[in-house]
Amino acid sequence: MTEVVATNETILVVGGGISGMTAALEAAETGKNVVLVEKNPAIGGRTSQLYRYFPKLCHPICGLEINLRRLKSNPRIRLLTMAEVTGITGAKGDYTATIRITPRYVNANCTACGDCAKAVGAEIPNPFNYGLNKMKAAYLPNKMAYPMRFVLDKSIIGTPDADKAKAACKYNAIDLDMQEETVQIKAGAVVWATGWQPYDANKIQPYGYDRFKNVITSVEFERLADPHGPTSGKILRPSDGKEAKNVAFIQCAGSRDENHLRHCSRICCMASLKQTNYVEERYGNEGKSTIYYIDIRAIDRFEDFYAKVQANPNVSFIKSKVAKVTQDDASGDVILHGVNTEGYHRYATPHDLCVLAVGMEPSVKGANIPAEILADSSGFIEADPANGAFFGAGCASNALDVNRSVQSATAAALRAIQVVNRVAKAEV
Amino acid sequence: MSNLSSQAAAQYNNNFLKEVEAMVEEGNWVKMCMQCGVCSGSCPTNFQAGWDHPPQEIFMMIRAGKREEVLNSQSMWMCTSCYNCIVRCPRKLPITHIMHGLANYAHRLGLAPKNQPTRHFAKLFWNNCIQTGRVNELKLSLGLYFKDGFKQGIINGLAMKDVALGLLKAKRLNPFELFKAHGCKDQKGIHAMLKKAHEIEERRKAIKTA
Repeated sequence: MTEVVATNETILVVGGGISGMTAALEAAETGKNVVLVEKNPAIGGRTSQLYRYFPKLCHPICGLEINLRRLKSNPRIRLLTMAEVTGITGAKGDYTATIRITPRYVNANCTACGDCAKAVGAEIPNPFNYGLNKMKAAYLPNKMAYPMRFVLDKSIIGTPDADKAKAACKYNAIDLDMQEETVQIKAGAVVWATGWQPYDANKIQPYGYDRFKNVITSVEFERLADPHGPTSGKILRPSDGKEAKNVAFIQCAGSRDENHLRHCSRICCMASLKQTNYVEERYGNEGKSTIYYIDIRAIDRFEDFYAKVQANPNVSFIKSKVAKVTQDDASGDVILHGVNTEGYHRYATPHDLCVLAVGMEPSVKGANIPAEILADSSGFIEADPANGAFFGAGCASNALDVNRSVQSATAAALRAIQVVNRVAKAEV
Repeated sequence: MSNLSSQAAAQYNNNFLKEVEAMVEEGNWVKMCMQCGVCSGSCPTNFQAGWDHPPQEIFMMIRAGKREEVLNSQSMWMCTSCYNCIVRCPRKLPITHIMHGLANYAHRLGLAPKNQPTRHFAKLFWNNCIQTGRVNELKLSLGLYFKDGFKQGIINGLAMKDVALGLLKAKRLNPFELFKAHGCKDQKGIHAMLKKAHEIEERRKAIKTA
């Protein structure tokens, strides 16, 4: 599995989200050899954790399925999951990357039958649902995980649970002796597609994400709306499981703020506009949404989408950056305080649930990138000649939506192809 | 005084934003406000009596050239310097300092509201403390009591008489201070220092208006 043949004509793609998959596929389909490295046990990244896309409100599963089919049928892509790049040396056209692969304890015999999960007792927080629920410590990362293979969490290794899982497996797929491995591969160019993380909402103190259960983030709200999510698609608030019919959205939670993220994260306005649809979809005319905003930035060609939501009588807009959030302890409701700048009216409005449209922070920021990479003041990778054959793709390079990430990844693939072509010519 | 005001306005071609940027402490930040309203929402005194305009409205009024309304306003005199707005402002505007800068500028031009209590107190405090280098608390509180006339002063004084007697008993209040206040050791030095500071400030203002 981990024997990887790579030369300096190989392209290394770091990150298996929508950007990394796209870059890998585009490069491989032009005939290049690609090594795709993913940290998690399954690829798909944050896109696979969305309930629906804007603007067409279709399900990401559909687009991912097409990409997975391309991936499965392409022998030029070598996929390494649960793998992290720990070091890169060399120069443009001739890199050597060190990759650490953590053990999955499940081999290729796995049929994803789920018998091991039934046998195991221990439970761990489910990262796919942002820890909103728990799952068995022998798990399938998500419903359409690729590779479609279970994982044994390392917390149960050496406990009776691990032995129970091994005994329950009919296919001899569980290998408790798997060890961490380190491999070195050659690459001519590196596409860095490590994506983004939701900004740590605990840092936005006045909004009380760390204190109030009914203050959640927009990515968590996606999971609440998803039928595969922790509430089976019912929008129930975390404190008491009550139906959240009166939902507040706070825009720019962390973005456009010198105290938090300097940049506009671009997707959050469209994400909240989209999420008002989820509320209405579940509760009809009883489902009310209120968006608190500084200004709505419906990027690209999405002004129509904004206009449609604006015309919806179940959605109201309040032009105000919320000053603080408090909680009514008796009802569990959250109360938003601030001033509506249209007329300067002070408000203190209770809502069932408050969704923070958290900003997008590049994963590369502050991360241990094993190479010198030039980044902008927000930590996004710059397109700079000083970066050699390191190319940022998707949200590692800018705050982008899925559509633009795919474009960015295709561009990065083309730049990487140019580098390895030059290497190939030099060697002839 | 209004003459001084119209001179200042003329100098900036009636562009009030430019005037504020040049003349008001931290005034160059005003253009950075993006009107999110988090300062107003965070202000503990906002929407109390006398607070006519929240900070972000004041900033917009400056940009809209509403010179008289801004400088005559009570708003910046109501600021308690709690710094909530500065902490939360996403553009890091020093809002508290701008408020005090505006108040000071309105005072200098003689446009500040006449009987504004904060302004009255500030003037009283300053004139009191520069005399001996120490605040004479007896004179300061009496000055406050008699702000609205002799009769009201007596009423205010009687309302506080228990506190005053208590202070007297605890030897925290000396009635003879009314005639001869105790000053700091080096009064000459303090006066020289204040004179120097005044000169520096005048020079700075002169450069700005030059």
